Amino acid sequence: MHRGSMIRTIRLGFKSLMLHKLRSALTMLGILFGVSSVIAMLSIGEGASYEAQERIKALGSNNIILESRKPPDDNNQQEQSAWRAQDYGLTYEDAELISETLPAVKVVIPIREIPKRVRYSETIVPTIVLGTVPGYSEVTGVKIKEGRFLSWIDLRRKRNVAVIGSEIARKLFRLENPLNKNIRIGKEIFRVVGQLAEPDRGNTGKAADRMRQGIFVPLSSAISFFGELIVKTSAGSREMERVQLHRIKVQVTGNDEVLGTGAAIRKIMADKHKKKDFAVIVPLELLRQAEDTKRIFNIVLGSIAGISLLVGGIGIMNVMLATVTERTREIGIRRALGAKRRHIIAQFLVETVVLSCMGGILGILLGVSIPAVVEWYSNITTIVSPAFPILAFGISAGVGILFGLYPAWRAAQMDPVEALRHE
Amino acid sequence: MEPGGKGCEDPGEEGVETRASMPAPHFQPAEQDPPPVREELVRLDKVKRIYRMGENIVRALDGVDLSIRRGQYWSIIGRSGSGKSTLLNVLGCLDRPSSGEYYLGGTNVSELDDDALSEIRGQRIGFIFQSFNLIPQLTVLENLEVPLFYQEHEPKVAKERAERYADRVGLKDRLHHRPNELSGGQQQRVAIARALMNEPLILLADEATGNLDSKTEMEILTLLDELHEEGMTVIMVTHSDKVADRAGHKLELRDGKILQITHHKKEDL
Ligand SMILES: Nc1ncnc2c1ncn2[C@@H]1O[C@H](COP(=O)(O)OP(=O)(O)O)[C@@H](O)[C@H]1O
Ligand SMILES: [Mg+2]
Repeated sequence: MHRGSMIRTIRLGFKSLMLHKLRSALTMLGILFGVSSVIAMLSIGEGASYEAQERIKALGSNNIILESRKPPDDNNQQEQSAWRAQDYGLTYEDAELISETLPAVKVVIPIREIPKRVRYSETIVPTIVLGTVPGYSEVTGVKIKEGRFLSWIDLRRKRNVAVIGSEIARKLFRLENPLNKNIRIGKEIFRVVGQLAEPDRGNTGKAADRMRQGIFVPLSSAISFFGELIVKTSAGSREMERVQLHRIKVQVTGNDEVLGTGAAIRKIMADKHKKKDFAVIVPLELLRQAEDTKRIFNIVLGSIAGISLLVGGIGIMNVMLATVTERTREIGIRRALGAKRRHIIAQFLVETVVLSCMGGILGILLGVSIPAVVEWYSNITTIVSPAFPILAFGISAGVGILFGLYPAWRAAQMDPVEALRHE
Repeated sequence: MEPGGKGCEDPGEEGVETRASMPAPHFQPAEQDPPPVREELVRLDKVKRIYRMGENIVRALDGVDLSIRRGQYWSIIGRSGSGKSTLLNVLGCLDRPSSGEYYLGGTNVSELDDDALSEIRGQRIGFIFQSFNLIPQLTVLENLEVPLFYQEHEPKVAKERAERYADRVGLKDRLHHRPNELSGGQQQRVAIARALMNEPLILLADEATGNLDSKTEMEILTLLDELHEEGMTVIMVTHSDKVADRAGHKLELRDGKILQITHHKKEDL
């Protein structure tokens, strides 16, 4: 068909649709909701998976994290625990073993966490003291706002120096400069040598939390000042535990080494810790899982959106079949005046496609505004990729063609004489 | 190309000339002198159109032989159900014979496929129906443009021609009206103008005045007479003898068979 006659066929389609405004509008709604739900779901899904991935990436995709876990204990121990300290978790030896036996390991950062109160002049704030080593700052990417991070000399000399989190600094010092001020942690005096920068607002991981609320001291100082025993008091009950290291962060030389090293660490740890008092977290694995989850999520959302589009398409087909029957006479007239079957097909197909594309365009407008509204009223991240509207438009045109084909074919197959006799 | 000459069923008439037909001559203005021997436009050879409905077999056309020459004016008459419309539909390539041959301007159209038949309808046939059959949602002008749309004429050409034929049937001032804003007679005039749009070889009218009062009927018949005088080949179906006798050649059908052919006008044979 000519370009000119195509344009005229499209105009004719519009005209026919305008004859039944309400019917056309209602039919369009099916596609409109289908398309807008495709876009809204994709955007919200994309936002959710983006957030998950960012959180995992914040852990460092080259890192492996080991954590102490209270072992799933038997009843005996439970009863005794009020009286006797519970021994479990990662040890200094574990950290050494990992650092020495695995070739792909670049850095091993041991971390010991002790809940304490910190005091400066009249202000007392609960905090978590992290005993660690200088490498912590590189591996977790903490940024210094003022002063410096811990040094190897601090560690070797078991100095009583501290680097404080951004929020702790605000709470303790308000407008004062905390550098070189002395603070009291428990019963001990520490000198502030550095203050950490505020992490990104979106970053809600554990490391970021420590960067706000924690106080970092040399691991050696933590052990010698606060001892091995940790007493936790909560709601009247007292719990004592002896944990050497709460976490070990392992940085691996390259991305390719991560999964193998993770497996090796799991094996070493399983051999050494029969009590299962640890956990190994491999962010890269989580990332892969998140990607898998996203794929499944997309399939589920895609199916739901697909079903709503299918329903919309069936609606269109239904209306078009009715239209074809209603216009049987017109079809007969056109055939008598020289229209070929393909002209009739084109006429009705164009009408369906025009209908579904108009629904598609309105659906895109609605679909793009839903994520914006969701983001406005909640703090859910949504991402509208430019591919979504294009995809959605393509789908709606496709639905129009797919579901318009049968009614158009029916129209074209009519016998001209029969069609002309139709009342 | 030409099959051996076969006479019409009418016994009193001379045989059909065996002169070969020219390919697709077009409707020509009246000023030109008619050629000495008129070429054969339509030739039916033992045409049957049979409907099977379960056990029943309806022979709507039961062996029709017919020869129509260019510029002739024919009427087809017969009782209701005698096969008049079926015959006209076959002649107009809307319907295909179940058996037998139909030559239109020398082409055997009984062998053509749907697309080719559509093309013939679009290029060589003008239809006029009892119920006007205008497309209600289109204006007069748009209705007139429909046939040329399928011939992929330039819109400008189509519009120009539509105006010309609307003028010819006296409805130039109604171009932007819709069919339901016109009287029956006016609608039928539009339909006639539309039938002329593709400058057809034959004009076919199926009880074109059946829905009209006698005064309007006269106007429409006069218009058809004029078109014939201008050189158009006209075939009209009617059930009124009075109307049928206006035509130069009258064909009477009964039960799908030709009962009689009367030639009132022998000079155009
Ligand atoms: N589609 C059809 N199916 C079955 N019978 C038909 C069909 N069309 C026409 N007929 C029959 O063919 C015969 C001729 O019909 P038609 O040509 O319409 O007659 P007329 O126009 O002379 O009144 C009638 O008996 C009619 O019932
Ligand atoms: Mg009839």
